[in-house]
Amino acid sequence: MSEADAVAAVLWLGATMYAVFGGADFGAGFWALVAGGGERGTRPRELIAWAIGPVWEANHVWLIFVLVVLWTAFSGAFAAIMSTLFIPLCLAALGIVLRGSGFAFQRVVTGAGERRLAEAAFAISSVLTPFFMGTVVGGIASGRVPTGNAQGDAVTSWLNPVSLLIGVLFVATGAYIAAVFLVSDARRYGDPELERYFANRALGAAVAAGAVAFAGIFVLRADARYIYDGLTSEALPLVLASAAFGLGALVLLWRGARRGVRPLAVGAVVAVIWGWGAAQYPYLLPKTLKIADGAAPSETLTAVLIVFGVAVAVVLPSLGLLYTLSQRSVLEEEAEG
Amino acid sequence: MALTLGFHIILASLGVAFPAMMLIANYIGLRRKDPVALELAQRWSKVAAVTFAVGAVTGTVLSFEFGLLWPEFTGKFGEVFGTAFAIEGLFFFTEAIFISIYIFGWKRLSGWVHFWTGVPIVIAGLGGAFSVVAVNSWMNQPDGFKLASDGTVTNVDPLDAIFNRATGYEVPHMILAAYLVTGFLVASVYAVGMLRGRRDRHHRLGLLIPLTVACIATPIQFAVGDTAARSIADDQPVKFAGMECVQKTSTHVPEYIFGRCTSEGVKGGIKIPGFDSFLVGWSTDTKVTGLDSVPSDARPPANTMLHWAFDTMVGICTLLIGLGLWLGLSWFRKRDIPKSPWFLRATAVSGLSAIVALECGWIVTEVGRQPWVVYNTMRTKDAVTDASGVWVSLSIVVLLYTALGIVTVLILRAMARRWRTAEIGDADVPYGPSPAPRAKEPS
Repeated sequence: MSEADAVAAVLWLGATMYAVFGGADFGAGFWALVAGGGERGTRPRELIAWAIGPVWEANHVWLIFVLVVLWTAFSGAFAAIMSTLFIPLCLAALGIVLRGSGFAFQRVVTGAGERRLAEAAFAISSVLTPFFMGTVVGGIASGRVPTGNAQGDAVTSWLNPVSLLIGVLFVATGAYIAAVFLVSDARRYGDPELERYFANRALGAAVAAGAVAFAGIFVLRADARYIYDGLTSEALPLVLASAAFGLGALVLLWRGARRGVRPLAVGAVVAVIWGWGAAQYPYLLPKTLKIADGAAPSETLTAVLIVFGVAVAVVLPSLGLLYTLSQRSVLEEEAEG
Repeated sequence: MALTLGFHIILASLGVAFPAMMLIANYIGLRRKDPVALELAQRWSKVAAVTFAVGAVTGTVLSFEFGLLWPEFTGKFGEVFGTAFAIEGLFFFTEAIFISIYIFGWKRLSGWVHFWTGVPIVIAGLGGAFSVVAVNSWMNQPDGFKLASDGTVTNVDPLDAIFNRATGYEVPHMILAAYLVTGFLVASVYAVGMLRGRRDRHHRLGLLIPLTVACIATPIQFAVGDTAARSIADDQPVKFAGMECVQKTSTHVPEYIFGRCTSEGVKGGIKIPGFDSFLVGWSTDTKVTGLDSVPSDARPPANTMLHWAFDTMVGICTLLIGLGLWLGLSWFRKRDIPKSPWFLRATAVSGLSAIVALECGWIVTEVGRQPWVVYNTMRTKDAVTDASGVWVSLSIVVLLYTALGIVTVLILRAMARRWRTAEIGDADVPYGPSPAPRAKEPS
């Protein structure tokens, strides 16, 4: 594995973290949107706000990480993606700001009308943002992003079958992961009724995401042949693993199991993302830019890898400390209760 | 981009310096067993969390903009300056995690252990500021790469890029600015409270801690800023000429305070003969490079604005030093803040004026560098995106940031209101711990 491949792997790792944790955040917004108005939707929405609250918008850190590594290590690809896919990326950025403000606003406004507006801004942008990010990924995967400053088509680069498919898939997987997480959140919240509510929705979302993914095979075959070929050859084990994890999670959800659903659901998503990476390898932008050709000079790549190493050494223990503390406090509170 | 950065710079300053104020209050509280100081530290940690969360959102948008607006700039030089941002990411992560731990630890860790979990926040804030400002310094004094004859970037050295000539003065200048802005801003909030008659110990401490920090930082800032200006006269003479509106290269250049900048020199304003030369080289014989040293298409635009921005920044800093002296004198004589309501009124406006100075300084460094985005290397117009619709997205961004600004202020006000009536729960802020499960209502 070359240095450039290693940095690409780091990039992929960041994308995976964002897809899982950021995806769960966006998915929670999706459930807030479909929870229904008035009294009916209040309780699920309360749980969602409670579950997101502690890490409000912190998961965008992963997105920043991906962008920074991309522009440092693969500046040319970054410039090409950001200029060609200008429209969906602007809309995604807009969604991020709206979402963050909407969520924050919910807590401070007092009027019912304003509150509903804030909730709507939060919920709608939670759906639109991952959708547009999906169209961006679709544009890249289907080879519609040529190198250079805005050389690709400003519209068809993201309004095409693959982009629409991946956009919908992002929303569906986000909703799926969020529902799975919310099941355990509802359990910690002490609300068996909501636990069932989200378990049912997790099942529904799992079936929907699976169906979209299955349909996607045909879309990719017609519109992104390179990725299709990759997914059915080198990346086939990962695709199968994803399907197996997904089915396993489905069975566990069906049987109302308390453990194992979350790791399996996350595993299914992670396997798909790495499957995509494997299918696209060695291209950064399929058929136009290879990882090795688009990479920064070795000095920069080394610097990025060193920073990443230090980050792992510093951030992981700190996260561990935080996790230990939060677990301990949960135990204390249970003991008090 | 200018607007988003201008907004982010305020939040980032709070993110850098506010944790330090919080820790000082925490230290005083522990040292003197002062519950009021501890309560202040606890509240400030929650305010820090809110500004941090909003900063995270604006930071995300900024990293989008690097590509959305400046693909040529990032595409060409990303591999040179990007490492600094990667390092900043590392500090950002650390800051986020330790803010969580710190807020978490209020009721769960023993006093001093808890205090030490706050220290990494301060260090990460400083480190983050260093890495980001190093990139801006690099734009002013690009280093750590070579341009091949075909214009491609070669011989990249990330360390040279980070430690460029301007890092040495720009980074301390910005970090001090962050402490100054945060200090005066927080103090002004409590000054307003005291003017409204809330003169309890809580308000006194809330005023004194940040104001003391800011008043110590201000004279240092004046000296650092002076060094920076003199370095700019050497490193970026055209920017300096723009700041002082020096049209022709010559000696015995007069200093003008304000006035209108025209092609024949400054009209109006207060003239101090020979003083500009003196400031640059300690002698009126010093030669100051004028705008005529470069062709007109390499000169910065809007010279009057540039000149005014620089003078406003220096003027405000001078006034703030005066405020510091007032406080220092009163404290030295009677161990108390000045009795005069004018002191409180001055403090109440110091926060906003410090922000004005911050934005002016930012205008000086950014507008003064024009027409270059990377000094003497890449022009701004060559860095911009070819995508259409930039103006539409810019206007949307303006609207959004206005909304975001209002939201932030509203949240903080709502928190202050609740604090005046009752204690706010840990879980009401981002990065706070999860509250205990709600007791289930009988259904």
